[in-house]
Amino acid sequence: MDLAVVVGIDFIYAVATLALISIGLAIVFGMMRIINLAHGEFMVMGSYSAAVAVHHHVNIWIAILIVPPVVVAAIGAIIERVIIRRLYGRMVETMLATWGLSLFVVGILTMVFGDITEGVPTPIGGITIGSYQASGYSLFVIAMSIVTIAGVYLVLRTSRLGLLARGTMQNAEMAAALGVDTSRIYAVTFAFGAALAGLAGGILAPVSGVFPNIGGSYIGRAFITVIGGGPAALVGTISASTLFGVINQLATFASNPVYGEVALLAAAIILIRLLPQGITGRYFRGSL
Amino acid sequence: MTRFLRENAALVAVAIAGIALLIGLPLVLDLYTLLQVTLYVIYAILALSLAFIWGYGGILCFGHSVFFGLGAYGYAVSVINMGDSTLPFLIAIALPAVLAAALGYFMFYARISDVYVGVITLTVTLIFYNVVNSTAGPQYHIGEALLGGFNGMPNVPSLNIPFQPDNTLEPAGMFVLCMALLLIVYFGLHILLRTRFGRVLVAVRENEQRVEFLGYDSRLHKLIAFSIGGAIAGLAGCLFTAWGNFVSPTAFSVVQSAQIIIWLMVGGAGTLLGPVIGAVAISWLTVQIGTQQTVNANVVLGGILLVFVLLVPKGVAPMVTERLVPWFVSLRRPAASPRNVAGESKA
Amino acid sequence: MIRGISRRTLLKSGAAATVFAPALVRRAAAAGDPILVGSMYDLSGGLEASGKPMYDVLNFAVSEMNDAGGLLGREVKVVSFDTQTNMQLYAQYAQEAALKNKVAVVHGGITSASREVIRPVLDKYKTLYFYDMPYEGGVCDRNIFIDGLTPAHNTQILAEYGLKTWGKKVYTLAADYNYGQITSDWVKKYVKDGGGEVLGTEFFPLDATNFGSTISKIQAAKPDWIMTILVGGGPISFYRQFNAAGLSGKIPIASTTFSGANEQLVLTPEESNGVVVAYNYLQTLDNPTNKDFLKRFHAKYGADYPPISDLTMASYQGMLLWAAGVKKAGGIDREKVIEALESGITIDAPSGAVTLDPQTHHCTFDVHLARMQDKQPVLIETFPQRKPADTAAVCDLKKNPREAKQYIIKVN
Repeated sequence: MDLAVVVGIDFIYAVATLALISIGLAIVFGMMRIINLAHGEFMVMGSYSAAVAVHHHVNIWIAILIVPPVVVAAIGAIIERVIIRRLYGRMVETMLATWGLSLFVVGILTMVFGDITEGVPTPIGGITIGSYQASGYSLFVIAMSIVTIAGVYLVLRTSRLGLLARGTMQNAEMAAALGVDTSRIYAVTFAFGAALAGLAGGILAPVSGVFPNIGGSYIGRAFITVIGGGPAALVGTISASTLFGVINQLATFASNPVYGEVALLAAAIILIRLLPQGITGRYFRGSL
Repeated sequence: MTRFLRENAALVAVAIAGIALLIGLPLVLDLYTLLQVTLYVIYAILALSLAFIWGYGGILCFGHSVFFGLGAYGYAVSVINMGDSTLPFLIAIALPAVLAAALGYFMFYARISDVYVGVITLTVTLIFYNVVNSTAGPQYHIGEALLGGFNGMPNVPSLNIPFQPDNTLEPAGMFVLCMALLLIVYFGLHILLRTRFGRVLVAVRENEQRVEFLGYDSRLHKLIAFSIGGAIAGLAGCLFTAWGNFVSPTAFSVVQSAQIIIWLMVGGAGTLLGPVIGAVAISWLTVQIGTQQTVNANVVLGGILLVFVLLVPKGVAPMVTERLVPWFVSLRRPAASPRNVAGESKA
Repeated sequence: MIRGISRRTLLKSGAAATVFAPALVRRAAAAGDPILVGSMYDLSGGLEASGKPMYDVLNFAVSEMNDAGGLLGREVKVVSFDTQTNMQLYAQYAQEAALKNKVAVVHGGITSASREVIRPVLDKYKTLYFYDMPYEGGVCDRNIFIDGLTPAHNTQILAEYGLKTWGKKVYTLAADYNYGQITSDWVKKYVKDGGGEVLGTEFFPLDATNFGSTISKIQAAKPDWIMTILVGGGPISFYRQFNAAGLSGKIPIASTTFSGANEQLVLTPEESNGVVVAYNYLQTLDNPTNKDFLKRFHAKYGADYPPISDLTMASYQGMLLWAAGVKKAGGIDREKVIEALESGITIDAPSGAVTLDPQTHHCTFDVHLARMQDKQPVLIETFPQRKPADTAAVCDLKKNPREAKQYIIKVN
């Protein structure tokens, strides 16, 4: 019984992290039809900013929850200005450019931080479930993932920015004709997506360790989750994360993490074959 | 004859230059440089395979390394088991072609296109990478060949003269073979693109629906093109393994796929000569970066990709043929028709 | 016996020496071309955290040699290749080093994968090769010399210590490549020999970051202790998640790899305290040669340089061994240097005496068992002059000098 609870937490944790690393990418994809292949590096920059903040004795919670989204949003805004803006409407070119950007950022991070894997301590200890031990921080990650998604929902649903963004998303020309500064909306949306990536990087920094190449292990899964989820950013992310996360954990428990990853990838291929527009391209249409 | 020469001046020039290099380089280069050049030639073949399916077929293959890797491993496993490299050479070409055909059927017949093809090919590459990477244990072997997981397979035999296993190719022979195969692939693709099949393929790239309305089966054309591209990438993989006598899972890696795309973006995806130049230039650059300690390789490669996508989106070769050459010609002969000089990119 | 290669105190000890040294250097420049040494370390692309310090200590060794008048009066020059964690570049650079630069020796290669790529190339083009890394053992090739730990050096000590101190039930976590696979087989053998049992062995790719399900599996299996053979970015995540689950201190850990890439610096003391390791070199070793080495090294590279790990020190000691061989041979001719190295050469290194074993081309040296405490290894016990018994069981280069292969040792 205790084991069942511990294993259950593992499953929910897998789904929650998948949602957490995908949500920023999904917002940008859903709103702007852009795939940002540097998303993993945005997360890594978030992790590094958290590590640097901790190093400078900033409070641990501020370092992982506040600093990363602010820093990465700023970097995202600059990148939108310099690179993304020139490529709107050209999905493939955007992917290639952000792919180049991702290599570039990895290189820069290596040159700046280089040698050593940075670390952020885990701020929460273990908890006891019967005769088993589970990580308290896992529960925190699960909670943060839920809070993040709820927060995104509130921003899109209730704020004026969210309204404008949804309007632009549905019909950019109409929105522009009504006086919406669509290019500003795009810029803000991209920065928002970057902030979410930074937040994910900050939250995961204590569990994963921080090194320049770790972005590569995030982007594949995030990319597939977003494509699998389809155009509706929130519902798509939640449904695809649940599907892939559960498949991943089932295969991991049955064999090992490598085949967990392979099962996830294979499931993604089959899903895209059956539903090329993603889950929300067929179901939950018109949702957020 | 003179008309043929006039209309195909660029091609004839490439042919002459290619044959000159084929004969001349082994005579003038030292052993080390010849080995390096051989590798660049192998990469040029790999670049051509993606140039064909991406540049002409319009198929966005983000995971092209899967065919390269499968050719490389196909050769390694079969040659270790057989000893003689004749059949393994063919297996290394056939295996990726079959995978490409199966994958093509899976995707194109479901009307999956564009970015989604990119996602699927990338995902297939990740699967192959993960699986091959986890075969380190002694229980993973095919016949006598240990797969070796992350370590890869060392001591893979070189290519030999067909059916004479003891008569392996020396570096000079290997270079001549690779160069000859590059020329065959290059001109083979040129000829293929001039056939009815090639023209329909390019039309599919431009407007798939219209081609379908005209009664052509666009799915079949894409499938065949994809298989041909897979076969050529497999050939490159086979040569790569025979060149270095080893293969490791990095052959399947995403970075390897990215590199091929960078060659294309730099050289010009809509041409055949451009990617060859891109492959040679970038590979040379990667080696140069490694012998200095100031700039990280990723910064340079990523920067190059960024700059080309933003500023030279068509790549170097089209820029030369479409901008510089007409400009140069117009200086001498103001009335020149642009048709001759643009022949390469329009094919 | 060649002694005191690393002791440059001679130079500082008298005015005569200081005056004499510049003259030597000048003569070195006149004595002919520099001796070229190829260095092949991953300085980018993923393994740079390990590669960079190795590159630094190798250059440090060379710069000290040159300050002391060079090797045989000739300047030693490092030709450096950044292999970018890319196997194909290893092949290319090995060719370049051997054919274009015609180096006297190549030092380098970090993973076993990279070693197996360059070993045949350097064999083929007759260029001496030093692989300065702990690895899984079994390489038997007259052209290669290895001064790293193999399982007989340290894994056996760890297994015996664990069985004696913690109990008979073991769970192994290993990196999924040759090193992890073969070393985990050795763990099975040593544990079985000691009357224990390995409950489970799991393998992880080098970039694995999620160990949640593994930690659950370990708890379900209830081992007395855990053996980790993890390599890459993954280890950090494991120790951290293990501690986050509140298991640190409850299930003890022994490791063949921990602190090799300075993992302890990234982790908090709570996350790393108590992990037991066994290495040839520990920065905390209390002997004059080591103290002197650290003083000189820190003077040049700064006192805040990250701790020198065993992996890093192997590159330094490998360089000294090679130089000792060259001195004894009186030249850089490959055959003569091999013969000199095979004469049972010994150096006085920061880790203690290091002797090349002529039969296997591996080394005999001290191994130190230590426990991590507040980010420092604290010595438990020293096992003097351990031999590379694993490789010696299958390899005899004196008898079969033409062999050039890696034995995969059957332990079950």
